[in-house]
Amino acid sequence: MNPATPGPDRRLVVVGGGMVAHRLVEALLQRLDDRLAGAAGAPRDAPGWRVTVLAEEPRAPYDRVALTSYFSGRDPEELTLGDPGMWRRPGVRLHRGHRVTGLDRDARTVTTERGLVVGYDALVLATGSAPFVPPVAGSETRGCFVYRTVDDVAALRSHVDELRAGAHEPRDGRDGRPRRPEVTGVVVGGGLLGLEAAGALTAMGVRTHVVEFAPRLMPLQVDDGGGEALRRLVTGLGVRVHVGTAVSRVLGHRRGPRTGSVAAVALADGGRLDADVVVFAAGVRPRDELARAAGLPVGERGGVVVDETCRTEDPAVHAVGEVACLGGRTYGLVAPGYAMAEVVADRLLNGSATFPGADLSTKLKLLGVDVASFGDAFAAGEGALSVVYADPVAGVYKKLVLSDDARTLRGGILVGDASDYPSLRALLDRPLDGEAAAWLLPAAGESARGSTGALPDDAAVCSCNGVSAGEIRAAVRGEGGEPATDLPEVKARTRAGTSCGSCLPLVKKLMTAELEATGATVSRALCEHFDLSRAQLFDVVRVTGIRSFGELVARHGRGRGCDICKPVVASILASLGTGHVLDGEQAALQDTNDHVLANLQRDGSYSVVPRIPGGEITPAGLIAIGEIAREFDLYTKITGGQRIDLFGARIEQLPAIWSRLVAAGFESGHAYGKAVRTVKSCVGSTWCRFGVQDSVALAVALELRYRGLRAPHKIKLGVSGCARECAEARVKDVGVIATETGWNLYVGGNGGFSPRHAVLLAEDLDTATLVRTVDRFLGYYVRTADRLQRTAAWLEEIEGGLGHVRAVVLEDSLGICADLDAAMAAHVDGYTDEWRATLEDPEKLRRFASFANAPATADPDLVYVTERGQRRPATVDERRDGRASTASPPPSSDARDDAVLVTFPPAQGVSR
Amino acid sequence: MTATSSPTVPRADASWVTVCRFAALAPERGIAAIVGTRQAALFLLPGGDVHAVDNRDPFSGANVMARGITGTRGDRPTVTSPMYKQVFDLASGVCLDDPATTLAVFPVRLRDGWVELGPPTVPPPDRDDGPGHGHRRDDGPGDDPRGESRGPVDRGGGT
Ligand SMILES: Cc1cc2nc3c(=O)[nH]c(=O)nc-3n(C[C@H](O)[C@H](O)[C@H](O)COP(=O)(O)OP(=O)(O)OC[C@H]3O[C@@H](n4cnc5c(N)ncnc54)[C@H](O)[C@@H]3O)c2cc1C
Ligand code: SF4
Repeated sequence: MNPATPGPDRRLVVVGGGMVAHRLVEALLQRLDDRLAGAAGAPRDAPGWRVTVLAEEPRAPYDRVALTSYFSGRDPEELTLGDPGMWRRPGVRLHRGHRVTGLDRDARTVTTERGLVVGYDALVLATGSAPFVPPVAGSETRGCFVYRTVDDVAALRSHVDELRAGAHEPRDGRDGRPRRPEVTGVVVGGGLLGLEAAGALTAMGVRTHVVEFAPRLMPLQVDDGGGEALRRLVTGLGVRVHVGTAVSRVLGHRRGPRTGSVAAVALADGGRLDADVVVFAAGVRPRDELARAAGLPVGERGGVVVDETCRTEDPAVHAVGEVACLGGRTYGLVAPGYAMAEVVADRLLNGSATFPGADLSTKLKLLGVDVASFGDAFAAGEGALSVVYADPVAGVYKKLVLSDDARTLRGGILVGDASDYPSLRALLDRPLDGEAAAWLLPAAGESARGSTGALPDDAAVCSCNGVSAGEIRAAVRGEGGEPATDLPEVKARTRAGTSCGSCLPLVKKLMTAELEATGATVSRALCEHFDLSRAQLFDVVRVTGIRSFGELVARHGRGRGCDICKPVVASILASLGTGHVLDGEQAALQDTNDHVLANLQRDGSYSVVPRIPGGEITPAGLIAIGEIAREFDLYTKITGGQRIDLFGARIEQLPAIWSRLVAAGFESGHAYGKAVRTVKSCVGSTWCRFGVQDSVALAVALELRYRGLRAPHKIKLGVSGCARECAEARVKDVGVIATETGWNLYVGGNGGFSPRHAVLLAEDLDTATLVRTVDRFLGYYVRTADRLQRTAAWLEEIEGGLGHVRAVVLEDSLGICADLDAAMAAHVDGYTDEWRATLEDPEKLRRFASFANAPATADPDLVYVTERGQRRPATVDERRDGRASTASPPPSSDARDDAVLVTFPPAQGVSR
Repeated sequence: MTATSSPTVPRADASWVTVCRFAALAPERGIAAIVGTRQAALFLLPGGDVHAVDNRDPFSGANVMARGITGTRGDRPTVTSPMYKQVFDLASGVCLDDPATTLAVFPVRLRDGWVELGPPTVPPPDRDDGPGHGHRRDDGPGDDPRGESRGPVDRGGGT
């Protein structure tokens, strides 16, 4: 794998490309990298490895635990685990879509379905489990699904969409809109998986039944009390729960257009439930078929038998994850699988790790209900005591299991409110300081629960990845690298919180406490002139009514500002509707772009972007722009935001260019501002065969509504006329996608340096509700985001995340919506075109003088060459050579290849 | 380099160039002026001081210093290059983010309401080596010499 490795590389083959396989490869490469870097404790004289992963699924390993988020609008791509670049490293190969069908232990080869034969020195089986479908008649009927892979959930989703699209369904006579046909689903299994599946179905608006054979929901994780609390909560969400019975048969339609598709299920107790979809989520079975066929021992209930080093009877063959049977049992959770992966990675490099035992703690958010279970949840240990708190009205059930002296925490169950789970789990098998009951009472508050300071360094914080409190503290202190000072960095460095995420609140608390302890400032101070964050400053300006930078910095800051705080204050003043951005003192606060209402380019010239709302432009408008560009010899380029950027304008030319543009009916596109930029749209239902709504009309309306809105960062919007999403609305801060009955609203997307897909905020809104919701979303963002924080980062940082923002804008949970609505109304009413206002004000026009002593003279240092028929700034080399050949001919419009030097001002075509 | 508000009466001196009326300066904003074959960037600060430095930004090679934002760092009056955001001390011309780089400083005096510039302190930079002194500041927070306190770097971007 690398030249520094002693001996030739050996061949590791991994069968299966799931979560545990991913962790194994990652852990192995990490150890090899550490060795290269000479890190202490890194294995030195172990072999190098070339790694081949044979994966049946057509995609790189992804986060199966987060599968259900696919239904809340997350893209399957976003589920990808780790850095996809890992699979492109030399010596690492991932074959997707290759199912292994044969294992020849004598020849040490595996064979795939597609005929690939791969030799190995070490083989790891990481084939996971297959969903268990109970043997009921009709389980193959169309409309029956399992719930394990992205493909499974995609199939389920498109089936539901199809039923929904229901061409044969009646229409609602009153408004002529198609009424959403009701779809009913039955989930077989009321355990962890079953409730996940029920959550997915309800998220799609399916009426859902859950059928569980055991007398309570989640029988493996919670006791009867917890199960009952869970049943109440889940029922309250509209899911119908049937416990203590089983599905005995799936019945299909006998006639009509859906013949052969699911019609109903029959229950063992004689009942019958009508259903259009059935999801089997009744447990899993290890995929141990390869091992069986190769004569390796398997466990009583399946699973490849391995010892505590994860090795099978054959020293060259290992098994890890859900397929492994270790100590007589298999594990259906990811954390034990990760622990096994670490053991094998260590062993492959001649280490001596053994399986440390499994933490079977789980915390889930199912259908929005918190459920956690940890340690000895069923109080099975000797002398174990239980303390229970139940509030059936609030739907909370909590149980702590303690040692016989009631001092040491042994386990627990939390239903309905699991906010203490990370702290409690970290205290497992440790003395609880204070009363156990303090942890159970809802209003006990932080203080009764002790602070993170009490958490010992070896307490496990992230059980998925085995990260201790001490490791998080060390990362914050910067041991073995740069100090990690924010949550994303701590996550990247320690891997804490990167799997299920349930420990993140605790990680954040630990990080903050440690930062404070190390004396690092955790303040969000804007710069050396203000100790306040942008959001705080916003509130100060709003509440005090201070309207000048001088007063603000004198009263709430120090010094005379800088290029950070001045534009921020300018933006805040603009957001609060205090007149033209170049009025009075405000002008001095602006970045040059805002100051001259154009975009500075590399040679000191500017570009100009007229607004083209929704990307819709008349031929006359296009011709006008073309003529103006030709007259001023501006380089023209179509932007990604569906408008036209005109480059190479000198500062003193800007007013002349605008007056021509304004005369032709254009206005500022605010390309220079931290402001609303564009609303990109597809052509939508007016022309497109597939369009279901008029996306252009909406885009134009939105762009005209929000034009000029100043914000902490630029804001982009997009509108697509149907689910095909041609406008790429989901890479915008606000993305709108048409549905049959209205609009789906996505927020928090962006392209650029770290691309993000927008997430679903609300579904099927009518146009008025959509606009109101976008108003509030933008208003809330403008008020509370940090400087240069786009919506994606803001949503990630804001306390409570997307759920909080949704509550604020849809349910007015903070009681500020009237205020936000009024602020937006004031913005819309107060809008004026900044270019036109500048042209009308001689005082403002003075700012466009090129030189104090020669106001209309071009900067003599601007030098251009012609390329592909347009000019561009000359490079340093071209300038040097060009000086020797100033006599070169004037640019010809078809000069494509040879660059021609022109100095400015050119002889013709420029008006001042 | 610092002018008092009460105009002194300087000797007639050929090396001083009259550039504009004091009234043409806008507080805390710069303006460029042609001085022979060079360009100066003039700034009027809140206390009434006028500073003038080379208008050429040594990092980009573009004549844009006059379009930077003024302010302070500690007690020092500053201007930030609008191109890649390096901060310069207006009094000494030294780049506070990269002290090896310096802007020429022009002495300033006021006469009868006119602003005059004297010969610059530092010889003009070699124009032929173009941009590329020091490093460019467009490479994101990772390279930010001022670290955390500065917060996210604006990557700008067009439309
Ligand atoms: C909806 C859902 C929610 C879950 N929630 C949680 C949770 O909250 N907490 C938790 O701890 N766990 C949860 N789990 C379980 C967790 O996902 C698994 O424990 C984990 O994925 C196991 O990893 P693995 O690598 O062993 O198996 P998998 O991730 O299943 O990977 C096995 C891979 O091997 C492939 N494969 C199988 N046979 C072959 C072959 N012959 N050739 C090639 N490839 C093959 C399979 O296609 C699969 O891609 C959840 C699971 C699901 C489905
Ligand atoms: S998103 Fe839909 S409506 Fe818009 S262009 Fe694409 S297919 Fe047509």
